[in-house]
Amino acid sequence: MTVETLAKNQPSVKNDKSDILLEVNGLKKYFPVKAGILQKTVGHVKAVDDVSFFIKKGETFGLVGESGCGKSTTGRTIIRLYEPTEGEIIFDGQDLSGLKEKQLKPYRKDIQMVFQDPFSSLNPRKTVGTILEEPFRVHNLYSKAERKERVEHLLDRVGLMPQLRDRYPHEFSGGQRQRIGIARALTLNPKLIIGDEPVSALDVSIQSQVLNIMNDLQKEFGLTYLFIAHDLAVVKHISDRIGVMYLGRMMEVTDKRTLYSNPLHPYTQALLSAIPKSHPSEVKRERIILKGDVPSPSNPPKGCVFHTRCPQAMDHCKEVVPELKELEPGHFVACHLYN
Amino acid sequence: MSTLLQVKNLKTHFFSKNKVLPVVDGVDFEVKKGETLAIVGESGSGKSITSLSIMGLVPKPGGKTVDGEIIFDGTDLLQLSENEMFKVRGNEIAMIFQEPMTSLNPVLTIGEQITEVLIYHKKMSKKEARQKAVELLKIVGFARAEEILDDYPHRLSGGMRQRVMIAMAMSCDPKLLIADEPTTALDVTVQAQILELMKELSEKFDSSIILITHDLGVVAELADRVIVMYGGQVVEETGIVELFDNPLHPYSKGLLGSVPKLDEEKERLSSIGGNVPSPDNFPKGCRFVTRCEHAMEKCLTEQPELKEIYPGRKSRCFLHDEGGNE
Repeated sequence: MTVETLAKNQPSVKNDKSDILLEVNGLKKYFPVKAGILQKTVGHVKAVDDVSFFIKKGETFGLVGESGCGKSTTGRTIIRLYEPTEGEIIFDGQDLSGLKEKQLKPYRKDIQMVFQDPFSSLNPRKTVGTILEEPFRVHNLYSKAERKERVEHLLDRVGLMPQLRDRYPHEFSGGQRQRIGIARALTLNPKLIIGDEPVSALDVSIQSQVLNIMNDLQKEFGLTYLFIAHDLAVVKHISDRIGVMYLGRMMEVTDKRTLYSNPLHPYTQALLSAIPKSHPSEVKRERIILKGDVPSPSNPPKGCVFHTRCPQAMDHCKEVVPELKELEPGHFVACHLYN
Repeated sequence: MSTLLQVKNLKTHFFSKNKVLPVVDGVDFEVKKGETLAIVGESGSGKSITSLSIMGLVPKPGGKTVDGEIIFDGTDLLQLSENEMFKVRGNEIAMIFQEPMTSLNPVLTIGEQITEVLIYHKKMSKKEARQKAVELLKIVGFARAEEILDDYPHRLSGGMRQRVMIAMAMSCDPKLLIADEPTTALDVTVQAQILELMKELSEKFDSSIILITHDLGVVAELADRVIVMYGGQVVEETGIVELFDNPLHPYSKGLLGSVPKLDEEKERLSSIGGNVPSPDNFPKGCRFVTRCEHAMEKCLTEQPELKEIYPGRKSRCFLHDEGGNE
């Protein structure tokens, strides 16, 4: 997407840029597929293909989609765990996509990540205190005493006793480890926290504890969240605005109320209708059962990537990729039905 | 409705060097013919080990069913020899596992795996078994069933594998189907397909189903009755609508409140404090006492019994004695 089309498509951005913290423009991440003795590149997995969205300061942006839709890759590319193939990642007015590791370092403090698996994302050989102090050491901040004090304060903020700083990760339960992961993300006072399925490995009763903590911390520290998840009820609970991805592309972006009450994209409609009912006597709205499975991202369908499963697909959809357009203020949809 | 399965005081414990872990500790419930009973609980509640105990598949060494009765269609399964159990397993009681990726044999074709069951239990010839396999695959929604038969599992997606598992489980018209987290590993649109399929099949085959899950949405879709497990015990047994309308046990209440709902907006979710206790560290009295906001002195030392509070509704809590849980 060029700058002009973006400006045309996102007037709300153009009008008021001051409250945008992160803007992603035409982000692409292709992974090469190699084969043969010489490991020649024979194709690409288009994990993220031309994704654009923005996140305002202090809001929670939810990114939903099914497995393989590229939501995690998007998060990881923003934080530069992966090098973007193309596109801009404008954070606080600065495009991060072209920066070298050294130039990037100051921004590393501002964007932090919480991972899905609380069992593999903490180093088992370090104590919790060491894990939480590491960011200070990397960035050369504070004296020893101050570091200790800050770590204890952080543990307290996420609801763990400060004495636990000398314990090792295996001594904690999954929910507690996830709190440690959140505390680690908070150490450097970041502006943006990317949560990649932060609660999906947790039991229901623990999940609600962690969601509540994330909510409290957001208010206390004025945090902005990019919340990546597949659980639509959880995403609705925590997000202000939501983006729906399918096979590497953004299908629909809007605020949460509109998304759940008036979804426009056929994929979003099917996705929402697939959610199990929340009460047994609830009369189920018409369920749209999608045929088949998500196609492989190494060989995505031509045209609209969803046309192979779309109940309303037209001939046009097989040829032309629909652009993400703003149909109503703040409501973006990539579908030919609305042309 | 007549009773198909009756589990009485089931105790399956795990033994390690110097510890006994009471993973399933005195579980009672029954399944009637044609009904779907959901077993709900979080990790470590003992719901999966309960189902493995019914199947006689408790992991060995270490695990052992030490007490209780599992009366299936008039026979106590715990008294059967290993050879006799072979005839029950897969034939009268079938099971679907959570992981469609690992529960099929990767070196055998789909056809070989489905026909194996039919040849063993139904004494079919290879040809008959193949025909029946095609029929079954069509029932679970494969349009090109003949082609799928000669495919290996790695060629299928997660949802397709779960359909194969279901076809295999239904192949001998089991009286009881145990589904252990059948949709947990699947995406929500695929989950919807599988749930619809299970609904259809349970009507068509008139099988009873034990549905083990932590997902209350799946329970709301499929189940007729529910038992809620916590710390290796049943804490509540009730009809499905009653559970959602008016849960009796404090744990059930907490669990229902923890789930974000689509049709309401809340700033904060109600949550249950603390952590799920592990079996080597169960509290002495009521298993839920460490996390219960209504905990009383009595709860610390004595274990409440599972009692009928209303007709058909049981709960394991001292609060009901006080009449204070309304």
